[in-house]
Amino acid sequence: MRRLAIAAFLTFLFSIPLWVGNLYVLHVLIITGIFTIAAMSLNLLLGYTGQLSLGHVAFFGIGAYVSSLVSLGFAVHLTPDWLVTLDPQPVWLAMLWAIAISGFCGWAIGRISFKVRGAYFVIVTISFAEVVRLVALNWDELTQGPMALNNIPPLTFSIPGLFEFAFIGKVPNYYLVLVTAIIAYIVIARLVYSRAGRAMIALRENEPLATSVGIEVTRYLVLSAVVSAAIAGMAGALYAQYVQIVDPNIFLFIYTVTMVIMVVVGGKGTLAGPIVGGLIFGLLPEALRSLNIGPELQWVAYGVLMIVIVSILPSGIVPAVGRWWSDRRRAAAKPARPTDAGARQAAR
Amino acid sequence: MDEFLQHCLNALMLGGIYALLGIGLTLIFGIMRVVNFTHGELYSFGAYMMFAFVMLLHLNFFLSLALAMALGIALGAVIEFVLLRKLRGADIDTTMLVMIGAWIAMQNLEQLAWSGVAKSIKTPFPSAPLVLGALSVAWSRLFVFIVALALIASTYALVDRTRLGRAMRATFQDSDAARLMGVDIDRVYLSTFALGSGLAAAAGALLGPIFVVTPGMGDLAALKAFAVVILGGLGSIAGATIGGFLLAFIEEMGAGYVSSGYRDAMGFLLIILVLIVRPTGLFSRKERIG
Amino acid sequence: MSAIPAAALSVDQLSIRFGGVTAVESMTFDIQEGELLSLIGPNGAGKTSAFNAITGYLPAAAGDIVYRGARLNGLKPSRIAALGVVRTFQKTSVFAGRSVFDNILIGLHLQSRQHPLAIILGLPSIAREERRLVEKAKEVLHFVGIESRKDELASSLAYGELRLLEVAVALAAGPTLLLLDEPVAGMNAVETAGFMETIARIRARGVTVLLVEHDMKMVMRISDRVICLNQGRIIANGPPAEIQRHPDVIRAYLGERRARVEG
Repeated sequence: MRRLAIAAFLTFLFSIPLWVGNLYVLHVLIITGIFTIAAMSLNLLLGYTGQLSLGHVAFFGIGAYVSSLVSLGFAVHLTPDWLVTLDPQPVWLAMLWAIAISGFCGWAIGRISFKVRGAYFVIVTISFAEVVRLVALNWDELTQGPMALNNIPPLTFSIPGLFEFAFIGKVPNYYLVLVTAIIAYIVIARLVYSRAGRAMIALRENEPLATSVGIEVTRYLVLSAVVSAAIAGMAGALYAQYVQIVDPNIFLFIYTVTMVIMVVVGGKGTLAGPIVGGLIFGLLPEALRSLNIGPELQWVAYGVLMIVIVSILPSGIVPAVGRWWSDRRRAAAKPARPTDAGARQAAR
Repeated sequence: MDEFLQHCLNALMLGGIYALLGIGLTLIFGIMRVVNFTHGELYSFGAYMMFAFVMLLHLNFFLSLALAMALGIALGAVIEFVLLRKLRGADIDTTMLVMIGAWIAMQNLEQLAWSGVAKSIKTPFPSAPLVLGALSVAWSRLFVFIVALALIASTYALVDRTRLGRAMRATFQDSDAARLMGVDIDRVYLSTFALGSGLAAAAGALLGPIFVVTPGMGDLAALKAFAVVILGGLGSIAGATIGGFLLAFIEEMGAGYVSSGYRDAMGFLLIILVLIVRPTGLFSRKERIG
Repeated sequence: MSAIPAAALSVDQLSIRFGGVTAVESMTFDIQEGELLSLIGPNGAGKTSAFNAITGYLPAAAGDIVYRGARLNGLKPSRIAALGVVRTFQKTSVFAGRSVFDNILIGLHLQSRQHPLAIILGLPSIAREERRLVEKAKEVLHFVGIESRKDELASSLAYGELRLLEVAVALAAGPTLLLLDEPVAGMNAVETAGFMETIARIRARGVTVLLVEHDMKMVMRISDRVICLNQGRIIANGPPAEIQRHPDVIRAYLGERRARVEG
């Protein structure tokens, strides 16, 4: 039954470009998809491992910048005499670099999170994202600062002499993002339903008990952070080659907040949660905009919504729906009350 | 040498503000164990109130300052009563997320109310700076420094000498024991959050006339407040004071001698470095278990 | 270091201090392979602190803790567990939000190896491992006797079953030295009798057991040897019969108003 639902849903998603002609709608779906991938990656660290990382946009932005810089090429003076240059590389290679470097940053954050716990860790992650933003803003020579990196080439697959396909335009990018999202989902699902995933969950639920049965804290915090950061970096790289322009505003805290809202409202610690959250908060702004509700009012609404959801449904929408569904199933399976049968018998 | 002293002087002015922000946050963070994401919004609230009183209602500058701080205290009390009281037993994630929600709502309400255009506030001080030999300091900044010191001293006196302060210190040490000894935890939490918010509002009201007032000004201020708390250690007013001046000093030196663009990054780099070396902050007294 | 050849765990001059209090002072004792040793003593005598130090949750201020030749001082709890030393906790400790079955699967962490890359690539070896773990989990649940509750949420278990689940999780980790911290506290007579039987079966598998308990009837019945602590020091060390008559032990308990001495 579940398999059928998932297959139907996927078929529906794959079919969308066939009957949705509006390019703007496709654009919204692509951006929503990219942020959903980032939200899924945040969910691994925040939801499953219980690490309050509020600097997630840093991994996303680092992925975007690395991918752009490697595909555009750069020349930068590390010291006044030492010039480091890189010629433009194929975009697929640039994206791999983005994943690797983001993953490395995740490793560093993971190692720090082991030493620095709780609220302090939150502050470290926020500070990290801010530092990265300021570096992107100020290191003009490398990043063009506020002038942004322009004309970022799109992803292309080519076999020399045979064919070349570039992901230009809404429809190719839609499928690119959809396929990447499915891959990301599979990776995370495999991780979660394995010994490593159980270890992460155990650390979140009851750390002393987890260590008492041999679960190493650092190892799994780091693993979670690395995979989470790598996937976020991938999302950033996708974003860069799609919008083809990247500036330091990509590191703004508000984007981390967006991802956090998606995960928390959707349901942290569940696989479907970030997808539900991503769809809601990716599509809602557009729906509200068509009703002429300005961005500030929208954000006020999101803030209030987050407060309400977190207070009433602390685990998010998906677990709440799941509970409601299983309660209904249990109620429907209850046998007929004996008194009814007895009354009918007595009335004969 | 003169340049160095000038930097030191600048750092003194800014340090007072950072200390105010840090003290407010460290009290809230330390006593209530709440990561207060609305702290920056109280800061910008104070600045906007100052703007409203001085520029729109044309009230006396000093009266406006007092009013802005009073309103900050009131707003803090409201936030504690409406939002935090219900979350008393919840885990840290939930509380943090609620505070983030409140922060987003508040900042955007501010944006709606005042628009994003920067506002400036006129001060009653002469614009020509006070000159001391080779050094100069603007009168407005000197005023800020003096008021900040006064507020720091008053806060310290409140926490050290009054009954409420004693209750706050007891709650910081061990909230369960304090409750058993008859301390009214509700009152302590309300007062703590109101006081911390009032200090943040005061900082904003003081700094608003010196720089400009924008809806996003609170974000950077909040982050610096966190930096100060980490430098000074949780719950330590003296630590936050030292931390505030230390942060300002490092920023000034960094901006002056290294690069002005990275000025704000100094604080954050400092946080990260300090926490890696001493995960509980520089001056923290309490031993962390686990 | 006093090391008798067949000693599994050797604790030598162990001292534990924290918060200005000396919880344990110069504690020295051994546990032999396959033995069941009980630690008794009034509340605050230092029993749980000793547990915490042996399993790495508290640092030892002085002294050595050696298990099968490996020095445990300063090791992380997860490392100590990997050496075969697993503990339960005094306050009920399970993964409350997970099912009973999941709890055991988590406990089986040390009994499996799964490389992250293999997991992500979805290699068939991982699926095989998972199936093997499912079988082992069923085995553990059956051994402890709670397999009927396997799909229930841990938090929905009755108190007695909860304590059994705790032991099951510890057993899943494959300990050779099992430290049980007041496992039958709060259990009724029937549950306690059932638990004693479970311990017997655990011992039959060759597991060495270190037990902290207040239930004297149970302690005297199942222990090979008993050590009595008072105010951080060992005041008696011998077989149950000897300890029951030991004047210092009696004095320690009678002097402690809240002690529960039964039997």
